Amino acid sequence: MGEFKVHRVRFFDYMPSAIRTMAFNSRSERLALARADGAVELFNFADNYFQDKVIPGREGRDTEALCWVGRRLFSAGLNGEITEYDLEKLRPRYTVAAFGGAIWTMSSNSQGSLLAVGCEDGTVKIFEVLEETIRHQRNLARQKGRIVSLSWHPSGTLIAAGMMDMIQIFDAETGQATHRLLVEKRLRASKSVEVVVWSVVFLSDHTIVSGDSAGKVQMWDGSTGTLIRTYLVSKWDVLALAVSQDERSLVAGTSEGTVIQFQFLSTVDQQPEEWIRTRTFKNHSHDVRALAHTETAVVSGGMDVQLVVRPLLDKVERNTQEAALRKIAFPHRNLVCCAKKAGLLLFQFPEHLEVWRLGESDGHGRPGDRLPVKRKPEKLIELKRKGEDHICCSALSPCGGWIAYSTVSGVRLYRFQHNNNIRISKVSRLPKVLCSVQQLCFSSDSSKLFASTSHSSLIVVGLNQSECKYLNTLKPKSDSRQPVHLLAASDDGRWLAAANTDCEIHVYNLEKMKIHCSVPIHSSCPTAIAIHPVTSSLVAVHADQQIFEYSLELKEYTEWSRKLQKQGLHSLWLERDTPVTHITFNPRNPAHIVLHDAFMFCIIDQSLPLPEAKAVLYNQMTLRSLPESDRPRHSHAFKICKSFQHLMCVSLLDDHSLVAVERPLQDIMCQLPPPVRQKKFAT
Amino acid sequence: MKGQRSEGKVDCSENMVEHANVRVVHRGGSKINFREPVISSDSRFLLCPSGESVKVFSTSTEECIRDLRGHTDLVTGVLIRPSNHLQVYSSSLDGTVRLWDFTDGILIRTCVIGQPIYSMYTSAHHKGILFIVISMGADRRSELFQLVAVHLPQSGEQLVEAREVSAVLSYVDSNPATISFGKGGEYIASATGFQLEVFYFRKQKSYRFFLKGNNKKGAKNTFTCVACHPHENCIATGHEDGKIRLWRNFTDQKEYTYSTLHWHHSAVSSLRFTPEGTNLLSGGVESVLVQWRYNQDNQRDFLPRLGAAITHITVSPDGSLFCTSHSDNKITVIQSCVKVSAVIQGLVKGRSIRTDLMVDPCSKALVLNGKPGHLQFYSLQRDKLLYNLDIVQQEYIHELGLEQMEVVKAAFSPAGNWLATVEERKQSATEVELNLKLWEFDQQTQSFVLNTTISAPHEAQITAMCFCQAADSQTTMLVSASKEGHFKAWQLEPAHTEDEGPSWSCGFVGAYHGLVPGCCCFSADGSLLAVGFQEVVTVWSPVSWELLTTLSQPPGIIRNLCFGRLSCSKYLLGTISNNMLCCWNLLTCSLEWSTSMDTSLLLADPLSENMAAFCSQAGCTDLFVFKPSEPRPLFSQKAVCSGKVTRAVFAPREEMLESCEESSQWLNHSQLYFFNQNMDLLSFTTKAEEDRLMASSKQLMIDDSVAMTPFYLLLGKHRQQEGNPEADSSLPVDRAALPQGTVAMKELLQTPAHVLPSTSFLCSMFVQSLLISITDSREEHKHSDEELESEKEEEDSEGEMDSSILRPELGPVAAAPPLSKAQIRELRRVKKLDHSWCTGLLDS
Repeated sequence: MGEFKVHRVRFFDYMPSAIRTMAFNSRSERLALARADGAVELFNFADNYFQDKVIPGREGRDTEALCWVGRRLFSAGLNGEITEYDLEKLRPRYTVAAFGGAIWTMSSNSQGSLLAVGCEDGTVKIFEVLEETIRHQRNLARQKGRIVSLSWHPSGTLIAAGMMDMIQIFDAETGQATHRLLVEKRLRASKSVEVVVWSVVFLSDHTIVSGDSAGKVQMWDGSTGTLIRTYLVSKWDVLALAVSQDERSLVAGTSEGTVIQFQFLSTVDQQPEEWIRTRTFKNHSHDVRALAHTETAVVSGGMDVQLVVRPLLDKVERNTQEAALRKIAFPHRNLVCCAKKAGLLLFQFPEHLEVWRLGESDGHGRPGDRLPVKRKPEKLIELKRKGEDHICCSALSPCGGWIAYSTVSGVRLYRFQHNNNIRISKVSRLPKVLCSVQQLCFSSDSSKLFASTSHSSLIVVGLNQSECKYLNTLKPKSDSRQPVHLLAASDDGRWLAAANTDCEIHVYNLEKMKIHCSVPIHSSCPTAIAIHPVTSSLVAVHADQQIFEYSLELKEYTEWSRKLQKQGLHSLWLERDTPVTHITFNPRNPAHIVLHDAFMFCIIDQSLPLPEAKAVLYNQMTLRSLPESDRPRHSHAFKICKSFQHLMCVSLLDDHSLVAVERPLQDIMCQLPPPVRQKKFAT
Repeated sequence: MKGQRSEGKVDCSENMVEHANVRVVHRGGSKINFREPVISSDSRFLLCPSGESVKVFSTSTEECIRDLRGHTDLVTGVLIRPSNHLQVYSSSLDGTVRLWDFTDGILIRTCVIGQPIYSMYTSAHHKGILFIVISMGADRRSELFQLVAVHLPQSGEQLVEAREVSAVLSYVDSNPATISFGKGGEYIASATGFQLEVFYFRKQKSYRFFLKGNNKKGAKNTFTCVACHPHENCIATGHEDGKIRLWRNFTDQKEYTYSTLHWHHSAVSSLRFTPEGTNLLSGGVESVLVQWRYNQDNQRDFLPRLGAAITHITVSPDGSLFCTSHSDNKITVIQSCVKVSAVIQGLVKGRSIRTDLMVDPCSKALVLNGKPGHLQFYSLQRDKLLYNLDIVQQEYIHELGLEQMEVVKAAFSPAGNWLATVEERKQSATEVELNLKLWEFDQQTQSFVLNTTISAPHEAQITAMCFCQAADSQTTMLVSASKEGHFKAWQLEPAHTEDEGPSWSCGFVGAYHGLVPGCCCFSADGSLLAVGFQEVVTVWSPVSWELLTTLSQPPGIIRNLCFGRLSCSKYLLGTISNNMLCCWNLLTCSLEWSTSMDTSLLLADPLSENMAAFCSQAGCTDLFVFKPSEPRPLFSQKAVCSGKVTRAVFAPREEMLESCEESSQWLNHSQLYFFNQNMDLLSFTTKAEEDRLMASSKQLMIDDSVAMTPFYLLLGKHRQQEGNPEADSSLPVDRAALPQGTVAMKELLQTPAHVLPSTSFLCSMFVQSLLISITDSREEHKHSDEELESEKEEEDSEGEMDSSILRPELGPVAAAPPLSKAQIRELRRVKKLDHSWCTGLLDS
């Protein structure tokens, strides 16, 4: 496998924020998820749950509701505004104020023509969805108390609104309330404590399902306004409800971290079906704030920052990859940038950037030993972002002399001196074209900065000691409007590769400043790309875990890549559930490709035979136990190391040491607020 | 194990040829919690399999009303016949299914299957079909079972053979709780291991659902029991880890679903839906009956403190009565899940009997370990637990691996007014916590009251303990021998101060060359004490504490010592480790005779000079009954039972048997009870005794809870007058002496109306019968008088059991001038005196 001196970095205090709400678009199979810091993440469920787009948050934008209307995504929050997002430029397109105080909920009718928002002042406001914008149409009859939850009847004629202590049913045509359903308080609760109807669902058979702060899930007859069933499911609140497309399964999320499933079953033959409580899933330690019911799975998220995809075993084939439980805790993109020559690390937080210098050690030891640290790692600077928008991307040049970051509103570039006295100075006059940037990348000699903008085009900016100047704009031949999410420059400075969320990878020749070629499109989105420094071939790993190597000189897949495709990857490799997020190469051995996902890093040795389907994939431990002479017979190209977990970044420095940035999940869990008190058996 | 049992039986029957009139029987104390009981449709009777018979209990009075005898092996199931709620089926390991009329106790039909039946099911929707569980394949010992459907032949014959047998499910569990019929008999659900199988009869199709065996969280998913909802498609399953799963939509192999209820902390042993399906009952080791509201998962009711782990739950057909069987051989009848209305307690059987078997001289009850920390008093005559005496008087905490205080030794004084108990807790291998407690019989409360507690009476475990035998001696004395190398004599000392009564204290500490005493025994008159110190028998005088003599003739460690009685009181018998039974003559201080046999138990009959020795040989136990004076057995039986006999006792009979056959004469005075390895209580019975029992069970019996109708008032009065003499002295002679009028009335009232002759014909007969009865009225009057008297006596005399012995003898005397009360008492006292010395004189 090769031996490295490893910098085991655990000082990246990355803390994802809590999941607030989510919306699933069953047509495009995309899940939109809003976090407490206002960021919106998009997951493509059709493509291995890959998080392909992230819209950065903004201070003061507390998203409380998300809503898909066709392919358009709307959000509303406590700041009282409705925002539509531009999913190509990854920024808000426009914002409309509702003038009703904080917005707690938003729902669109099934035709996609109207949006209803529930406001703090007790009004339900109906907005018309127009081609380019939304327009306020009218208000429904105003109620006392805030509107906490809303649900349209699929026909679009009725709206159910969950409020304090009651549920109101409105006629959407006239705007008048037709029914008032009073929700009971918890037994032995004081009079002053109100019951909050956190969630309502209006089913097509006029059944209304409500979840409230008294821990009840109640089924109401919406046409007569009577209570049908009450299920007391929690000692605490029921916070979220979600129903499947066919309305045969319903899930409720509680403060105890449980998700409870109800199914529409007939218990007696030839009798009408009824809702019956069936399974209980406990995958969260804290509140389940957001729920979505896809065709095959229950998706839940909440305070404990993880997104959990729990497949329903009656809907999927057993013992397949689809039937496995997935927990998505880490972003599927790089938040760490490593300056290979200088030995610096740049950590990206939503609010600030940190630059650390790695520690040093001159000790030597056997594999597995812990070396004494001569110089401790040191935080050089902490750079606060300017403005209200959160940082969406950042880059550190390989020499460590430049730091660049971008927000929705603009790009900032800094000159950074770190040798003796630390000094940072902002480069003032940036080219005007650098305004809305999705990805940033420095060339290996730190003389150029590459930035991606709209329509997948790239801007090349030349850097020297004093100034930076706009050099060129590179445009792909295709007319894709999707944003670039990966950039990779070759070490020799000749090539630049860019991947966008349309699964395209374009390679540009930097000497001629024009497009060189496009890699044949694979159906799955690339999650990491890199250009080999010696052979000038592009290595790309996709969300479906496939690996391709494309020779840039010959403009075709290399022999190794063809062999790999012909033989197929090992089944265990394909079953991993986190994407490869970073690829790097071993300068000493050009046959080595180093790549990593959240739970392992792997060195692919192209000189060794590929693993057979029946071979043991994780064979490093068994190899170690074998005598030296037997090892070559058993070794194969995939050398996988699992000794580092929750990896945020693995990179090789120029001094041939390996940097592994870990963020243990336990540390994240420690920082969460305490969960609701639950009685534990035998305590 | 089952195979061994049947082998043992075969041997017994061979022996029966030898001694045609003495055989081994199960006599009382059998398990009533082996299989779940069944409640009759009017909720008045509870039927439960008990050993080889089916017992019918009254749910209101707890009394055993009837014993349905006929099976020759363990009964494995009782079920009400779906087409006739007055008939029950019972299945047994003897390979037969019997149909009974349980109100009259009549065996209607016997259906021979030919294979041991492990459990049985019926369904109202499968007429004429019985579902039974038998072992798979020809090998009867295989651990694999199958469920088969038996079409019962529709012939009127007494003995029929079932030939139409069709397999339904294979690889089922033999535990009846794991199979249940679903809604309307449409399907049957069976659980084994990690698999639930649902079989639809109409489609002839089965669906299988699996649970993961090894859960990462340590959940044990093994199925333990199954119950089907009566009206809805819902199956409830209990699991090893205490979860209850409610399965729904199980007609779909893929889209099935279940919800989970969790309250129990360890395995759910029984589940039952109420007949309306509104509630689900569950029970387990927590000894709490949990009532779940169906479809309202969070609402549940508890009935806690039921005493012991619940093994079965039964619900009456109308849902008004629940009934739980418990691991301590108890059935609790519960009214509408709130009130325990009756407790039917059988003989409590722990894993082993640490105390010896004893007979309480007062109540003539069998005394042994019962519930943890208790002694139980079990009436052998009535086959009923009288009461539990709490010895340890500490809260019992159910926890695995926790060492509890246990009663390890107990002894009664000959008069029955003192009880000594030893309790012990083993904290570690060396440290033992000991308590010696002495209990005095309180005449007022008719129970034992703690008199003295001696903590740490010895430093090491107590090996033997006995009271001085002499009934008339002034001082009561207790001797205890311990592993520490001493034996101590405890004596009742008068009170030191006014306000406290007499208490016990140590009077003498004896030792012999630092050897460990293993057993001790008083002679019948209390003048000698024999203590076995390893290889040496020492004989002491309890009056002067002088070592009289030592006996160590055949070398070997003494295991058991026993003095002869009555005419043989000069002999001392002992068993020695190297398989020797020795008899020493105390007059000559020499070995009288010895014989080589591996004696595991040696005991003396307190009412005769007979001694019984159980010898284990080749996996079986043989019994020898002999007199110490001659080394020739009076009676011997090979292979009494398989395995070792652990405990045995001679229980005095209430009335002496008049048997003249030589081989059964030893059973005249007392009856020999013993426990085999499986903790079954067995006894010996003679042919004459059995015949008498059969005769008495044939008598018509009417339940005491008959509705209060005018007929009952008429009939009930008569029964009260006649019932008691009939019950007490079940001699057929007494029955013949009944007044004629009552017979005629009974005939009139008990014959079904449709077979009665016309009323005009009856009327004259009825009136005539009344007229004739005048002549008998005086005698009848006398009978009732006498009865009243004896009842009164029962209240104040301690030997109330004697009254029934006395009565038949009194009969002829009463014809002569009647005796006064004082005279009767005097007569009784004289009768009670030990006249054995007379026989001793005559012999010498």
